[in-house]
Amino acid sequence: MTRDDRIAALKAAAEKRILVFDGAWGTMIQALKLSEEDFRGERFKDHPAPLQGNNDILVLTKQEECRDIARAYLDAGADVVGTNTFNANAISQADYDAQDCVFDMNKAAAEICREAAEAKTAETPDRPRLVAGAIGPTNRTLSLSPDVNRPEYRAVDWDDMYECYKDQARGLLAGGVDFYLVETIFDTLNAKAAIAALLDLNDESGEDLPIAISGTITDKSGRTLSGQTVEAFWNSVRHAKPLTVGLNCALGAAEMKPFIAELSRVADCLVHAYPNAGLPNDMGEYDETPDDTSRHLRAWAEAGYVNFVGGCCGTTPAHIAKIAELVDGVAPRKPPVRATAMRLSGLEPFELAG
Amino acid sequence: MSENKSAVASFINVGERTNVTGSAKFRKLITSGDYPAAVEVARQQVENGAQIIDVNMDEGLLDSKEAMVTFLRLVASEPDIARVPVMIDSSKWDVIEAGLQCVQGKSIVNSISLKEGEAPFLEQARKCRRYGAAVVVMAFDEDGQAETAQRKFDICKRAYDVLTTKVGIAPEDIIFDPNIFAVATGIEEHDNYAVEFIEAVARIKKELPHAKISGGVSNISFSFRGNEPVRRAMHSVFLYHAIRAGLDMGIVNAGQLDIYDEIEPDLREHVEDVILNRRSDATERLLDIAERYRGDGVKADAKKDLAWREKSVDERLRHALVNGITEFIVEDTEEARQSVERPLHVIEGPLMAGMSVVGDLFGEGKMFLPQVVKSARVMKQAVAHLIPYMEEEKERTGMAGKSNGKIVMATVKGDVHDIGKNIVGVVLQCNGYDIIDLGVMAPCEAILEAAREQEADIIGLSGLITPSLDEMVRVASEMQETGLELPLLIGGATTSRTHTAARIEPAYQAGPTIHVTDASRAVGVVSTLLNEGERADYLAEVRADYLRIRESRAAAREAKTRVAIEDARAKRLIPDWNEYVPPAPSFLGARPVEMSVAALRSYIDWTPFFFTWEMKGSYPSILEDDKLGEAARSLFEDANAMLDRMIAENWLSPRGVVGFWPANSIGDDITVWTDESRAAERARLFTIRQQMAKDTGKPNVALADFVAPTRTGLADYIGGFCVTAGLDEAEKAAEFEAANNDYDAILFKALADRLAEAFAEALHAQARRTLWGYVPDEDFDNQELIKELYQGIRPAPGYPSQPDHTEKETLFALLNATEHSGVSLTESFAMSPAASVSGLYFSNPQSHYFAVGRIGRDQVADYAERKGWSLEEGERWLAPILAYDPKAQTEDAA
Repeated sequence: MTRDDRIAALKAAAEKRILVFDGAWGTMIQALKLSEEDFRGERFKDHPAPLQGNNDILVLTKQEECRDIARAYLDAGADVVGTNTFNANAISQADYDAQDCVFDMNKAAAEICREAAEAKTAETPDRPRLVAGAIGPTNRTLSLSPDVNRPEYRAVDWDDMYECYKDQARGLLAGGVDFYLVETIFDTLNAKAAIAALLDLNDESGEDLPIAISGTITDKSGRTLSGQTVEAFWNSVRHAKPLTVGLNCALGAAEMKPFIAELSRVADCLVHAYPNAGLPNDMGEYDETPDDTSRHLRAWAEAGYVNFVGGCCGTTPAHIAKIAELVDGVAPRKPPVRATAMRLSGLEPFELAG
Repeated sequence: MSENKSAVASFINVGERTNVTGSAKFRKLITSGDYPAAVEVARQQVENGAQIIDVNMDEGLLDSKEAMVTFLRLVASEPDIARVPVMIDSSKWDVIEAGLQCVQGKSIVNSISLKEGEAPFLEQARKCRRYGAAVVVMAFDEDGQAETAQRKFDICKRAYDVLTTKVGIAPEDIIFDPNIFAVATGIEEHDNYAVEFIEAVARIKKELPHAKISGGVSNISFSFRGNEPVRRAMHSVFLYHAIRAGLDMGIVNAGQLDIYDEIEPDLREHVEDVILNRRSDATERLLDIAERYRGDGVKADAKKDLAWREKSVDERLRHALVNGITEFIVEDTEEARQSVERPLHVIEGPLMAGMSVVGDLFGEGKMFLPQVVKSARVMKQAVAHLIPYMEEEKERTGMAGKSNGKIVMATVKGDVHDIGKNIVGVVLQCNGYDIIDLGVMAPCEAILEAAREQEADIIGLSGLITPSLDEMVRVASEMQETGLELPLLIGGATTSRTHTAARIEPAYQAGPTIHVTDASRAVGVVSTLLNEGERADYLAEVRADYLRIRESRAAAREAKTRVAIEDARAKRLIPDWNEYVPPAPSFLGARPVEMSVAALRSYIDWTPFFFTWEMKGSYPSILEDDKLGEAARSLFEDANAMLDRMIAENWLSPRGVVGFWPANSIGDDITVWTDESRAAERARLFTIRQQMAKDTGKPNVALADFVAPTRTGLADYIGGFCVTAGLDEAEKAAEFEAANNDYDAILFKALADRLAEAFAEALHAQARRTLWGYVPDEDFDNQELIKELYQGIRPAPGYPSQPDHTEKETLFALLNATEHSGVSLTESFAMSPAASVSGLYFSNPQSHYFAVGRIGRDQVADYAERKGWSLEEGERWLAPILAYDPKAQTEDAA
């Protein structure tokens, strides 16, 4: 099966049922309670900076454990498994002085998931499992100044961000991902740089990988950290012609619901959601049980809000298994056909019909 | 339909003041590096209604790229400005691209063209697509800028084809700029430029589906630089024709526009000759008269100039409608009637045509509410003249007129406030709807009956006080019960989208319920509702929106915790009673008071007066506002003229009552004693305590905290008052209404409201200085009074510090208010007449206005017990401030 075949199969399946994404990598990795030595492994034995907490590097130093996590999510019923590359970009890796390993990390992460997905697909060949190349937001932002006294200042510029995303994507492409997943978008301008980089890479490589786009609403005001409403966000990223657009992270399902309903109303492509397992408690832990989370997601599925569901921070294979069980048999959302209009945005949407 | 629909704004005015080539002021700010002031220019534009802002930094002395980046980044940190999309405007591609790298929204690139051939054009277009921007394409190719309609169209067609097929840009993301060039330059070849543009617009609209059309409007009048009145007239006339041909947006300074129909007719005709190239000597003729208009002269002359009287009767009617002139309306209407077959044809013909222009101008933000209401007055008087003829005809032939739709409107039972409802009614009438106005205090049954009997298309409910919200829910449930399916519109100061979504819509599932924020929205909503093609989509959107509100509200409510009432009481405000000697009033008991309108006039707070007319700005600066100033000045003039008449002709006799009594607090209640012996309780005032979680050290306040508790042994006091602008208010307003003069009726009611407030303000000042006399030497002017700089408060029951309207009953009994002032209470505890104000007086230096906010079930239960209510009664009267959903809780319990 080629990548195009798998994407076609995924699209066809999305018309018949609600598909399932994986859950959190971070939660699973934390449970392993790895030491500095574990993170370093053989390859980074003499690395100049501490590496503990650099979860993304484990695809190079703890490959077997990573493979187990991917496999656990696929066994739980995920149709799509995302790579462990949320911070595997040059800007974030600079914190660990590991920016030179970005290509290797992404390629290895993709290969690990690819292998697990292929193995699972072999069990039920009519239902191919896909690999999403996870691209996080980095720890810098193009729309906001880190210095309140200099609102015109930016810690990073478009070209830096564009190159950073493109480098990461090259590794993911080499490792064999099926599509890119630009996730946890708190600044739409970062996401726009990612989209430009990915579309350019498609042109340059001749390989046409679809893009999935996942925004993050940071609080109950219903806006991204950079201030956009859900509809304004959609207008800003629609040119990527995404395979799917959705929301993830920051909120639990209960809080995310009105915003996913709104996105579902405006987005004329597939829609996904993978919320956290509730809001973190005072200890920073997530309390929602698989029953809690899956009950919410099933209600969304029944309301016709979503085509893909999964979990973000705090979710585990147990959550995914329960989610897969509860959305099974629920009819998938049908993307709306919207009247033609010029749709622009600032922080808020603007529409001129006709 | 098209006439109604056009009242919804469709032409997009792109703000041009953040354009260094369009604004000398902005250029100076940018070249001198004063970015904060430049950002303010952008903010003003958005505040004044710009839906998109054009940013252009093409200035020879500037590093345009750096200026673009700096400015866009600064604007990005201003949510008030960044709300709207940006049009990144430059003739240099590198400046555009640098701009695109700074905006998170989907913006517009202005512009790209085929000037350098297809290859660079496609390359730039691809980049625009990659950045996710819409594009303005100039009608410019390898051979230069297109001047004829044919070439403009050909270039746009070529661009359209390659953009949609080779680049994959969606047609709706393409905006053509078919070049607006200066006319009246003295060069004959230029004479037809405007006509060519307008023709090209029409063709593009027709043959290049979904593409948009824009233009830089001020170019057209370039040859009249320095003569603003003529330039404004040229812009307005040009836009008038171009928008009709299909122009979607324009870069234009809204301050540089006149109302098409208000342009002095001679000037307009000359300008129109130039724009439409109607005669070969058009330019010379315009030049001949242009000097007459230079400077400000044109405005002053317009009123006196009766040249429009020379026009055809249709044109005279239209002029009268647009300018709100009633002087000749009866004779003109009569002349028109004699020239047509049926009297109805006058309405359907010239009168509706005139009102349609008014509707368009209002929808485009070129006319303001007071002007529209004046137009409606003209219309009503014209129609009133025709009615006897129509009735006579109807008797003879049995034929009746038709209308766009019928709307039953009412202020609900228990409420007497109707200014907002009347304004909405007038605006709807202007747009050809029949309004059946049931007036104020309309019982539910009367509303339903009228809707059925009159076969209404829509019901509209209005109200101002909070108990009206409940009454609206009741009407909605009755509509559901009795099987009505009509759309229900909700409006009025106390109503909200949230309340409508949370309470009213669920009660009325059979038909749609829509909250309408103001009169300018009402026409759009009504015309959409009565349009079969649009109704379903619109309703689905509203339903989804309300569902979302209910859901997010449920989530928010769960999140908002209330502190237990016992804990809130423990955190009460405790003034230092040890050192305190409560001031004693100059008398005890209640005394009637009177004041003249002449005396109250200087106490009027004008800002809310303009607000009533949907003119949002503070007085006096609103009179000088770029956009609203002219309309505001005219309204202010009318208001003062009416006040003059009011005083001269003695229309109103403001009267009221004021009283003081010995009082002490006990817990959250205030005991009013029969006399200084403080032995027997005469009445008890109940107050409600804040229950929101507060930071340490910040008290949870109730009004009772401002009165010395019994245990202190201090002899404290409380005061109360009730005033009205006059009992003749309704009669006088009815006189105007009977004379088909809604404008004066609304103006009168709005002034009466202001006078009642002024009375309350003046009486409070008197109370502080002499009657209670706790600050005998206070000396504030009216502006300082409006800012509430004084000591002590006068909170009214039903408002944030004590949201329970029923407390008015106690206050009224203490004051013997109905006997002394003539003001009475309705069953919902609204005061009648509407222009009345009542409240309590507190003198304590620590007393202040506050909002009780939402309260918990524990306090509701306790309060109900104190008031002698059942819990359900308590929940009903306090419904607007409950922090919980009484229904949901009952279900849980069951």
